[in-house]
Amino acid sequence: MFYREAGEFKTSYAADQAIFPIAQDRIALVVLVLAAYVGVPLIANGYWLDAILIPFLVYSLAALGLNILTGYAGQVSLGTGGFMAVGAFSAYKLAIGFPHLNVVLVIVIAGLIAAAVGIVFGVPSLRIKGFYLAVATLAAQFFLVWLFNRVPWFTNYSSSGVISAPLRAVFGRVYITGAEASSVDKYLFALTTVSLLALAAKNMVRCATGRAWMAIRDMDIAAEIIGIRPLATKLTAFAVSSFYVGVAGALWAFVYTGTVEPLAFDVERSFQILFMIIIGGLGSILGSFLGAAFVVLVPVLLSNAPGFLGLSIRVATVTNLQSIIFGALIVFFLVVEPNGLARLWQVGKEKLRLWPFPY
Amino acid sequence: MHFLYTVLIDPFVQIAGDPRFFVEVLTGGLLTGVMYSLVALGFVIIYKASRVFNFAQGTMVLFAALMLVGQMEMGAPAWLALGTTCGVMVGLAFAVERLVLRPMVNQSEIILFMATLGISFFLEGLGQLMWGGDVHTLELGIPSGPLTLGGILVNKLDLVGAAVAGLLVTALALFFRWTSVGRVLRAVADDHQAALSVGVPLKVVWVIVWTMAGLVALVAGIMWGSSLGVQFSLSLVALKALPVLILGGFTSVPGAIVGGLIVGATEKVGEVFWGPALGGAVENWFAYLLALIFLLFRPQGLFGERIIERV
Amino acid sequence: MKAWKGAIGVVAAAVAAGLLVGGVAEAQNEQFVPRLVYRTGPYAPNGIPFADGYADYLDLVNARDRGVGGVKITYEECETAYNNDKGVECYERLKHKGPTGASWVDPLSTGISYALLERTAADKIPLIMMGYGRADASYGPVFPYAFTYPATYWAGADAIIQYVGSQEGGLDKLKGKKIALVYHDSAYGKEPIATLEKLSQRYGYQFSKFAVAHPGLEQKATWLEIRRLRPNWVLMWGWGVMNSTAVKEAAAIGYPMTHFVGIWWSASEPDVEPAGAAGKGYKAANITGVGAKFPVIQDILKYVYGKGGGHATKAKVGEVLYDRGVVNAIYDTEALRIAQARYGKKPLTGEQIQWGFEHLNLTAGRIKQLGAAGLVTPIHVTCTDHEGGGDVKIQQWDGHHWKTITDWIKPHRRMLWEMYKASALAYAKEKGITPRDCSKVEAAAK
Repeated sequence: MFYREAGEFKTSYAADQAIFPIAQDRIALVVLVLAAYVGVPLIANGYWLDAILIPFLVYSLAALGLNILTGYAGQVSLGTGGFMAVGAFSAYKLAIGFPHLNVVLVIVIAGLIAAAVGIVFGVPSLRIKGFYLAVATLAAQFFLVWLFNRVPWFTNYSSSGVISAPLRAVFGRVYITGAEASSVDKYLFALTTVSLLALAAKNMVRCATGRAWMAIRDMDIAAEIIGIRPLATKLTAFAVSSFYVGVAGALWAFVYTGTVEPLAFDVERSFQILFMIIIGGLGSILGSFLGAAFVVLVPVLLSNAPGFLGLSIRVATVTNLQSIIFGALIVFFLVVEPNGLARLWQVGKEKLRLWPFPY
Repeated sequence: MHFLYTVLIDPFVQIAGDPRFFVEVLTGGLLTGVMYSLVALGFVIIYKASRVFNFAQGTMVLFAALMLVGQMEMGAPAWLALGTTCGVMVGLAFAVERLVLRPMVNQSEIILFMATLGISFFLEGLGQLMWGGDVHTLELGIPSGPLTLGGILVNKLDLVGAAVAGLLVTALALFFRWTSVGRVLRAVADDHQAALSVGVPLKVVWVIVWTMAGLVALVAGIMWGSSLGVQFSLSLVALKALPVLILGGFTSVPGAIVGGLIVGATEKVGEVFWGPALGGAVENWFAYLLALIFLLFRPQGLFGERIIERV
Repeated sequence: MKAWKGAIGVVAAAVAAGLLVGGVAEAQNEQFVPRLVYRTGPYAPNGIPFADGYADYLDLVNARDRGVGGVKITYEECETAYNNDKGVECYERLKHKGPTGASWVDPLSTGISYALLERTAADKIPLIMMGYGRADASYGPVFPYAFTYPATYWAGADAIIQYVGSQEGGLDKLKGKKIALVYHDSAYGKEPIATLEKLSQRYGYQFSKFAVAHPGLEQKATWLEIRRLRPNWVLMWGWGVMNSTAVKEAAAIGYPMTHFVGIWWSASEPDVEPAGAAGKGYKAANITGVGAKFPVIQDILKYVYGKGGGHATKAKVGEVLYDRGVVNAIYDTEALRIAQARYGKKPLTGEQIQWGFEHLNLTAGRIKQLGAAGLVTPIHVTCTDHEGGGDVKIQQWDGHHWKTITDWIKPHRRMLWEMYKASALAYAKEKGITPRDCSKVEAAAK
């Protein structure tokens, strides 16, 4: 009733090609952005910002990066944790080595370094495909984490082998890392970074680069025959993806936890992010966010549930039940909609367009 | 220069200087590799017949071992506990087929992979809910302890593991080769649709392979559990099986054994002789790096089916 | 499918309703303690007894003494599964609970304590890392809210070397001896390396180290190397499944167990039990005594278990990690008692309790009063010294139980103290922290 495009006319190609061609979507987006920028900082407390929203944003960004590689370009990777570590550790080295460099630049350069590393580990993808590639990227995962663990230079010879983000401001006294940084500033910084990068990704997948990725994903030999260079295309996918993942790693270290040991980026992290994009929807920007929300929020919700319901169950039982329910939910959602939550959302929108008169 | 020496020359000097130690490391590696193969076999059986990369295999190892040891701690005799556990694994296979595989037939590999992750979470929670998070000691009377064979030190438990793995592979190979069920499984592995069209019931095949994988998981759980104690970490042995799979190929039973031997031997030799130069603890990525280089030359693994691409 | 959806809908509605109603009104005369525990996951065998011991002692204090100074101690457990981000989530969830917020936090995980180090300082909540975490956090001027009593890994390493020296007939006899370290390849495992290297220069032993990749299921290569090296002593910094595997592998190469010494996180029953008889003779350092014979443990059995309460089974009371949980709770509640002496017997904030921690002087006399002589090492925490100078014991596994085999060993803190300070000041410089002037803090307190 409220959600239909009847009466909206496109008078230019630009309008026709807009990311959100339907007016209601644009309004919804404005409301969402306003809510995220104004509403959340007003309402949310430290727990929501520090423990739920910031990690959610960081995970979303990492999932977005992996989705570019896996969802759009079709290259399954289990090296995400390793590339996050590259981002985190390069950001740390840059911030300590060049104290006057603005933290935004630090994070961007860290992302670029991660992109370079991504290209190196992307080279085998030219020969190896499918699950074999996935397991082969585990080489990157284990090697990178081992490297940061082993070479003391990366941690500035810290006796415990951990890195700790120094106090840095975006401008003036708006600190986003270090103990003095306020949760709201950190949240807004993460939100801005993620929004900008999500917008960039959305546009990238709509242009020639993105179309080339998708052609490679759908059938690489066919794509090659119609003139898409597999080498360049696969490696740009690895580079762009690793850039996103690297920035996510830098945000993890600087904005989220503050202090990190290399094991924070172990193989479990890689799996976790892969799950996010599968459950959220492969080849969907929105799916990355939905998947991150599912994996971050559902366990938190489940572990808080007994408290809200006023039940007192032992934590071990709660955690095990949580694991059981979470597993069942994954299967349930995949059975209902194998293409992920994003597809579910899309189906919902289609239904809404026709509602209440579906015929 | 010094670094190059320690990486390129010194290891060989050491090997030549003490060949007996080298053989010992190699033997240890091969025996460990067989233990990896035990876990890898479960992956292969399922992937071969249903194209599902079963992420839950590691958790199944843990779950089976927990079921067994939990019952034994409650006072059940070993044979009864073994029987019940086998029954539970069969039940699990039926449940997986009915609730997960059947509704998701014809989905892409990665979606099915994701679904097995759900199974993994489920079993992890269920196993710990039933039997708790403590370490359980598994005593089945399997011999362990050092044994010297021709001057080379080996662990008895590893020898038993190797024997069990050998038996298991032989049994599986014979089963696939000579029984009618085995023939059906091979037909499905070769071509799903052709098998379906000649009347092979795919549902039954799935139950059979998941049951087999469950039983292999039980065997792996017994072997690993006897050495580590039955605890949550057992599920992590799955990570060790992955390079074995890439090396041996996802679809080959003998490949799992050969891959395991190669991975075990190279990672031990790498750790002992090259590890010190690189700072140690290289085991984890050494096998993967090896597999990666290997795949560059043979993208389908050692015994994998040749990948033919058509437009 | 319909039924599924219905069920999910009901649960979702219930959760939403719970969210709207919010928490139940809380009684006011309570001191809230957040409990970050892990009762599931790969480290659960170690996490469970510790969490049980801690909670049982708090129950004892409530049941026997009606809380500390008449203020009831309440606590809530939150499962971290030894996972850093879950740890942060738990901390953030619990830090504002109770009338005065979280009193202190003991994460029992090196990774989680790193992640909380800055947050706790900003929130003014003491972070207790009893025998784990950053050793250099002992330097109070840089880390006002972090406490490492009764001994850090560095002190542990020194104590073990002293013990090894005494077994060899004097520290001067260590010259030329080979000592190997098998360590978990993580921030935690690397902590003792610098100390052991420094000591090797002093005593002239030959030091070699062997990293074991996480999680440590497979250590054959490491132990073959050790077999080749034939060190006189093997030390171990292990955790979780790595410990039992190491004990088993050491037995498999025929290494003499009596020359194999672990740190206190490689010193519990789950670490040696899977190895069975092979582990007999294995030694480990500990920061507490072991067993159930101490009056305080007997009180727990009487007042908590005797009344049908208790978190563990009776048989587990007195295990190493159970006792350590009790000891941790004793230190924490004593600090609260000291803070109450200054700020009054009412619920206190984390900032006020921090004062208590910085003036925690647990003498042998007080420990005896608490019924914990031999279980707890005396400590004296000050504004500068957050380690408190506690001592270390060596214990041995007899195949069924851990037995303490030495008296308290006093680590040589003079050398360590220089190392703490240098490392902490480097951290302060990196982070742009100006160290507190402790003489001024003390003067202001008076």
